[in-house]
Amino acid sequence: MTTENAQKLGWNREEMARRTALDIADGSYVNLGIGIPEKVAQYVPVGREVIYHTENGLLGMGPAPIAGQEDPELINAGKKAVTALPGASFFHHADSFAMIRGQHIDICVLGAMQISEQGDLANWSTGEPDAIPAVGGAMDLVAGVKTIYVITQHCTKDGTPKLVESCSYPLTGRAVVSRVYSDLAVIDVTPEGFQVVELAPGVSFDYLRQRTAGKLQAGRQKGS
Amino acid sequence: MIDKRIASLAEAVADIFDGATVMIGGFGEAGSPIELIHALIDQGAGNLTVVNNNTGSGHVGLAALIENGQVRKMICSYPRTLGSKVFPELYRSGKIKLDLVPQGTLAERIRAGGAGIPAFYTPTSVGTPLAEGKEQRNFAGRDYVMEHGLKADFALIKCQQADCHGNLVYNKTARNFAPIMAMAAKTTIVQTNAQVELGALDPEVVVTPGIFVDRIVTVSDPAQESKLVAEGRRYP
Repeated sequence: MTTENAQKLGWNREEMARRTALDIADGSYVNLGIGIPEKVAQYVPVGREVIYHTENGLLGMGPAPIAGQEDPELINAGKKAVTALPGASFFHHADSFAMIRGQHIDICVLGAMQISEQGDLANWSTGEPDAIPAVGGAMDLVAGVKTIYVITQHCTKDGTPKLVESCSYPLTGRAVVSRVYSDLAVIDVTPEGFQVVELAPGVSFDYLRQRTAGKLQAGRQKGS
Repeated sequence: MIDKRIASLAEAVADIFDGATVMIGGFGEAGSPIELIHALIDQGAGNLTVVNNNTGSGHVGLAALIENGQVRKMICSYPRTLGSKVFPELYRSGKIKLDLVPQGTLAERIRAGGAGIPAFYTPTSVGTPLAEGKEQRNFAGRDYVMEHGLKADFALIKCQQADCHGNLVYNKTARNFAPIMAMAAKTTIVQTNAQVELGALDPEVVVTPGIFVDRIVTVSDPAQESKLVAEGRRYP
């Protein structure tokens, strides 16, 4: 049972989304992946204007409509009902991916199965023979968007690290991830491997290192 | 006198032949020309290669076309949408082929096909299994994969308004692949929610110019795929 005295360890999903949102600058054009990344929009600090892109053809995407107001022809890439904010625009798929591939979108936040210390991302297939392969727009996003952020649990449900030396799953893109927001830490991908930017409450560097399979550095100030 | 209006869905799809490549608009149910797809099921052409972002859901629309055994191969980016049951079963039992293409590469292949560009280079998929066996080139220090333009014999798309010349406007995110598919197909067949008088569409807001459109059928009250799926409906 959780009590006020129980020591808190790590961030929950809402806190991971909130921490990520702090790094979304005013004026950014942003594409949010399905799942926890979608939550980032609700935590962008007041005073920052951010424009959301959804790859099925909408810039200026707003939150889900109130119940009963859903329009089946106004949806996001996860095929959920959304709204269009004042200043929004609609466009076809080739233009939408020109925005992505042409490096016009500033930030994309995605989920992950594995991230390597070189910044390789695997998030579309486990490579199992009976799986139905499905990639959607993930490969285009990581190849084209200027900055790729990943939100993920630090380990899988069975405790296997997701931050690894090299990915065993099929890649979505090579050397594409800039920063990882896990339930345990914020971590940059650098030429020297993973580097801790911030530890979550109650998480020590050693605790994090035991749960990270790739090369992990304590922080950018270190090395004195 | 140019008038691309066709009286019935059946007439509009009558010449789709066995073995044809058919692009079908829509992203999930948004923009899916469900009445044209059902007319193609009634018509019965088989051995089709179908280009769509997904593989349909439930047992209506694209999923029904696949379930009816008319599709030899799907070219798509995401054959695993919620409620997609027909395709995964057929795929696992080896009864349908899949050409998996990243969504933006799929869109650009269609655009290129319609624009007379046989191939292009893209950074998407470099270093992944989807780039295997494809020509690669380095431009200014970055690797790119060569992808081919994609054309079709027919495109089936849906729009909000059309005039008799085939000028089209769409509704919100139901636009998705329709404008580029209209460009890439030899014969583009449109179902429109409404027909308007020539001159009623402001030339500044026409999304698909009529040159890309061959046939228009009005379906003033189109079915909503998710409702049919929720009701457990099947076609035929």
